[in-house]
Amino acid sequence: MTERPTGEPLVRLSGVNKWYGELHVLQDIDLSIDRGEVVVVIGPSGSGKSTLCRTINRLEGIESGEITIDGQRLPEEGKELARLRADVGMVFQSFNLFAHKTILENVTLGPIKVRKQSKADAEKRARELLDRVGVGHQADKVPAQLSGGQQQRVAIARALAMDPKVMLFDEPTSALDPEMINEVLDVMTSLARDGMTMVVVTHEMGFARRAANRVVFMDAGRIVESAVPETFFTAPSSDRAKDFLSKILNH
Amino acid sequence: MQFFTDNFPLLRDAFLTTLGLSLLAGLLALVLGTVLAAMRVSPIPPLRGLATFYVETFRNTPLTVVFFFIVFGLPQIDFVVSFFVGAVLSVGLYTAAFVAEALRSGINSVGPGQAEAARAIGLTFGQSLREVVLPQAFRTVVPPLGNVWIAMVKNTSIAAGFATTELAATLPRLANANAGDILLILLAVVVGYMLITVPSAYGIHRIERRVAILR
Repeated sequence: MTERPTGEPLVRLSGVNKWYGELHVLQDIDLSIDRGEVVVVIGPSGSGKSTLCRTINRLEGIESGEITIDGQRLPEEGKELARLRADVGMVFQSFNLFAHKTILENVTLGPIKVRKQSKADAEKRARELLDRVGVGHQADKVPAQLSGGQQQRVAIARALAMDPKVMLFDEPTSALDPEMINEVLDVMTSLARDGMTMVVVTHEMGFARRAANRVVFMDAGRIVESAVPETFFTAPSSDRAKDFLSKILNH
Repeated sequence: MQFFTDNFPLLRDAFLTTLGLSLLAGLLALVLGTVLAAMRVSPIPPLRGLATFYVETFRNTPLTVVFFFIVFGLPQIDFVVSFFVGAVLSVGLYTAAFVAEALRSGINSVGPGQAEAARAIGLTFGQSLREVVLPQAFRTVVPPLGNVWIAMVKNTSIAAGFATTELAATLPRLANANAGDILLILLAVVVGYMLITVPSAYGIHRIERRVAILR
């Protein structure tokens, strides 16, 4: 099922730099993500991991360097950028479901307006996706009537409805009550198993061990270490990663 | 009663003129105000600048001066319109600035995550605004837009000074002919405005309740 890596990586960041005023939040980032690869980005708060994730669909602009998706350079603005974003699914920490639309409309909006699908086709597919993430029976409610975990699963369905080439997850479980985290991680794990290319910013080390092909550790705007989960968690090479892991794994 | 039956046709026509003027100017203000608000939040700096210039110009100019400009100023550059159309343009262009500001406050009340999610699924700026941001913004601005509407209905009375026979214009005319009935004349004109504003206030309240959304 998983497509094996081919020559050109699906997502490539090279020499990416970003500043917020004086703060150098991304420093010389080089990162390539192959088709079907699941990359988990971890690191302390303020390390730049969310910013990194958000530059991939240009919700955050960059000052220098280059980002390509499927060999195509990210356009600056306008329709070209919108077209490219349609191929990149994004799941936010705070869900960001459209508050004035029903669950079903949340999932069909993109397919109808961007992919120009008929309403009937879009709804059929949306219901399949909502069933897949386990919230099919909530289709006619509005977001505020759902629990956080349910809203986040709808957000995943909304992203999947665009048939994205890659999915970005920006701390998808950080705003959830503990008992709802697993229902979201289970959906993500099954996506990973089905071969979806994923970039996941998270603090869930269990998910990283279970589903990641590679763990990228960031600190102070730099990628400090990049390794398969087994190596990273048992034998991290940098002192900074050792220190970070000792703080989060020893309790 | 003699007074009312004698002057009913004049009062009725004046009322219909005020109503028509309000509806047309209101429509112009709503459409133009929405465009201006969209321009003010757009990513293109010249559009933002133009809209800001418009809003500041019209918001800070007395309505009477706007009327004077449209009715007497524009003919000097060979742009001549009827007094009624001039009144619609004056009130509409002026009120658009206030509609734009009310809408902009509504747009700012919609969380930035909503627009980000809209862009993330590939909607263009215009689509994000149309499908996601504005529908939510409109809901929060129903009460302030209601205020703008009611103020505008009353502002149409400035047209009396520029040769449009709307409700307020009947005051001096009727008072001259019926000096003993001043209070009745005032009552008739005030009731005329209230026939528009009171149902409006009720309608605004109904709309406000209907569009309220769970957050």
